[in-house]
Amino acid sequence: MMPADDLFSWALAIAFAAIAISQLLAMVRLVIGPGTADRILALDTMVVNAIGVIVLLGISQGTRLYFEVALIIAMLGFVSTVAYARFVLRGDIIE
Amino acid sequence: MNWAEIGTYAAAVFLLVGALFTLVGAIGLLRFNDAMTRLHAPTKVGTVGIGALLLASMTASFVFGEGSFHELLIMAFLFVTAPISANFMSKVNIHRKTCVPPPVPPHGETWSTLVKDEIDQVPTGTQS
Amino acid sequence: MTRLFNWLFPHPAMTLILAIVWIILQNDLSYGMAVFGLILGIIIPRMTAVWWPDRPSGFKIGKMTAYVILVMWDIMVANVQVAWIVLTRPNSKLRPAWIIIPLDLRQPEAITVLAGTITLTPGTVSADVSNTGHYLLVHALDAPDPDAVRDEIKQRYEARLKEIFV
Repeated sequence: MMPADDLFSWALAIAFAAIAISQLLAMVRLVIGPGTADRILALDTMVVNAIGVIVLLGISQGTRLYFEVALIIAMLGFVSTVAYARFVLRGDIIE
Repeated sequence: MNWAEIGTYAAAVFLLVGALFTLVGAIGLLRFNDAMTRLHAPTKVGTVGIGALLLASMTASFVFGEGSFHELLIMAFLFVTAPISANFMSKVNIHRKTCVPPPVPPHGETWSTLVKDEIDQVPTGTQS
Repeated sequence: MTRLFNWLFPHPAMTLILAIVWIILQNDLSYGMAVFGLILGIIIPRMTAVWWPDRPSGFKIGKMTAYVILVMWDIMVANVQVAWIVLTRPNSKLRPAWIIIPLDLRQPEAITVLAGTITLTPGTVSADVSNTGHYLLVHALDAPDPDAVRDEIKQRYEARLKEIFV
């Protein structure tokens, strides 16, 4: 069995790679996506993955400074997704 | 085997699970061929993947430094907002007719996305 | 006495949740933060009670906790199933379906919780509600038998929610 610290650093590297790949896949969908909803969905996925990247950075550097960044990106991402969808639905954001 | 070692193993497992689920969410976003089925994978599998990564961050902070538990807040926020985003995106799909049209509900009702309201019916004479 | 309690705590569950959120946000489990969170939890519901006139009165916190634990378990189990479908099932063998769920719930808050639960348990996304609020439109990722999915949602989640929001 691998020592715990080795396994941890390997897992961290694998997680970084996986999130980078999924960010690229979401970007492909953002470019080719035939409908508006697909593009909104791809952007939403990218925001969620960005939170993951920031959390991983926080783990690898051993700091808690990134928590506020992740929280604010989560909030802004949700609001922008809803605003975009609402703009498509009603042609207006604030009525 | 002491507690720190068990915690490190647990954090590594959470990291791997989160990475796997995030990747599966992105694959599902790319490979399905209908707009509504594409909605399923990233909004939920991806959200759970990020939840597992946050859990790993919490475990790692308890093992390597002073503990912190405010990642719970991001997790709760993601789990509360994911259904709302998914709902809005499926409404966009129904509105733009980019998916298989849904069946009509019984008793003469309609789906509220398809209801024509006064916003859509601007009188033509007002735009001078 | 009960009138004073109702005036001070228009929504006791919200007071509790606000206090807990404040403690988690500060990342500091101490008496000072708990007291300050409780103060916020009293002031904010009191000031916003005007804009939420028809809030559900009989809300059972104990049953809601059991419901949340059940839903978390379902999320974990069903996520593995959906991940398996995404990785192994080819597009031609997938049977997506629209499902119409007739609702027995009438309160908007209860319908919102039900729709969120349906979306979070993978395999189903709640898409729309009818204009009178009596039907819920659900999209299923892979449903060979749509009626079975409808019955399961009604028995597993809606029946429990009917006991929580009385």
